[in-house]
Amino acid sequence: MANQVLGKIIGQEEAAPGIYFMEILAPEIAAQAKPGQFVHVKCGSTYAPLLRRPISLHSIEPQVGKIGLLYQIKGQGTKLLAGMRSGQAIDLLGPLGNGFQLPAGLGKALVIGGGMGVAPLLPLLQALQAIGKPATAILGFNDSSSLLRVQEYASCAEKLLLTTVDGSAGEKGLATAPLERELQTAEYSIVFACGPEPMLRAVTAIADSQGIECQVSLEAYMACGIGACLGCACRTREEGQERYTRVCCEGPVYDSKAVIWNE
Amino acid sequence: MSKVSLAVNVGGLKLKNPVLTASGTFGFGLELLPYLELNQLGGVVVKGTTLQPRQGNPPPRLVETPAGLLNAIGLQNPGADYFLAEILPELRRHQTNFIVNISGNTVEEYGILAAKLSVPGVAALEVNISCPNVKAGGMVFGTDPALVAQVTRQVKSNTHLPVIVKLSPNVTDITAIARAAAESGADALSLINTLLGMAIDIYKRKPVLGSVTGGLSGPAVKPVAVRMVWQVAQAVKIPIIGMGGIVTVEDALEFILAGATAVAVGTGNFLNPRATIEIIQGLEKYCLDNGIADISELVGAAHISC
Repeated sequence: MANQVLGKIIGQEEAAPGIYFMEILAPEIAAQAKPGQFVHVKCGSTYAPLLRRPISLHSIEPQVGKIGLLYQIKGQGTKLLAGMRSGQAIDLLGPLGNGFQLPAGLGKALVIGGGMGVAPLLPLLQALQAIGKPATAILGFNDSSSLLRVQEYASCAEKLLLTTVDGSAGEKGLATAPLERELQTAEYSIVFACGPEPMLRAVTAIADSQGIECQVSLEAYMACGIGACLGCACRTREEGQERYTRVCCEGPVYDSKAVIWNE
Repeated sequence: MSKVSLAVNVGGLKLKNPVLTASGTFGFGLELLPYLELNQLGGVVVKGTTLQPRQGNPPPRLVETPAGLLNAIGLQNPGADYFLAEILPELRRHQTNFIVNISGNTVEEYGILAAKLSVPGVAALEVNISCPNVKAGGMVFGTDPALVAQVTRQVKSNTHLPVIVKLSPNVTDITAIARAAAESGADALSLINTLLGMAIDIYKRKPVLGSVTGGLSGPAVKPVAVRMVWQVAQAVKIPIIGMGGIVTVEDALEFILAGATAVAVGTGNFLNPRATIEIIQGLEKYCLDNGIADISELVGAAHISC
């Protein structure tokens, strides 16, 4: 059951240039949230920007009623969000969407994220660690200045592999290079991915070529966030039938085989 | 017991209060159950329904604009048969009016839909002749008075339910369209549907929306909508459901004072899923504060002093 709540901001810090980590006291949401879900955030009190912003849950702490959001300033909404301070109230809908599914009899998992796409993967890694199956994590960034909370990821992954496009930290290149190596050399049963669409397409192709199950977390423009407006359409295939599904409800996490990628 | 009566009659459709949800912004209503009790609403106008299922338009389907939203959903819906078999039984569990918004590719299709959907659990039909986001039908019907009349008569002759015709603002003179609907037997009018618009991505140098143009809604369109309600209220005698940018009770009151018997909240539901409930509470408070015993006293009240 989703909620509309007024959370209380209890922390806001810049995690990398233009990227913020906000902690919010929202016990109703923290109690129910699963890795991969999101909250729909009201960023201001005026009509500009008009809509809420969907932001994935970067931390979930039900014991203390906290959630955390890692977000990048991209436009007016996130700029307003970055201007909010501890003690302020924030209007949230959530938890929303279908998160990552941990299949029964889960084997070894690999978690891969690119850029801001790493955000929803931290609670997933923590959940995997909590059930005694810490995963391999591959995190890809543009350069060393854009690394995000790497220590937190390292603390809950069995193994952490870093890549940067310019080679200023970790391995030089895209995150998909170590992915291919890992899948060929270790017995993984599932891949969880979040990042830009070209990366997700590539991850899907690599996982498919190895016959490994893959779940991808997608982004889309959203108006309502709760399944009413049909704005966040994603073309998917189920049992041979193609149709538009709602990223906010049927997603944001999909079985990669169900997604029909844009050409 | 409140001293204020919020009940209104919209062309034979009796509402416990004058607040509805606008089609396409509230799903079938069930999506909003975590946030409010449907029983509290005057009614729910469900997602536009067509004879056959529709897949809708390719994404991107949404663009945010200053104080507004452009959408090009393209009437994605599971079709009338699915609605009747799978959704209506769920809706019947709730004590409010469910109004089905219907959209046809031809005049005949509107008639077939009207007959098919005139069943217990459906309180009224809203005839969508104004969707700007579909190629066949849609707005084409709503911009020609002769076609408006044909569609209205076709629907009226195929149903016993109140018929509400939803008008397009994308016309030169909305009163001519309103008169055509009223003279052809419409029991009420809904206005306005979205305004045809578009947005361009300056970096890709291409239209943002997958289907190029879309329908503009939200607070940005409110002054246009209020003006059209004002004009139509003076042109026809049938009741009007006003909509277009209603987010707060103050917005709703503007429409009522302009001549709307009821109002519908659309894009406002996206900003605040409980917007309708807050508006109902706000209307009651406004009436109490201003010595209004019956909300109907306010309908068109702004016209009196003009």
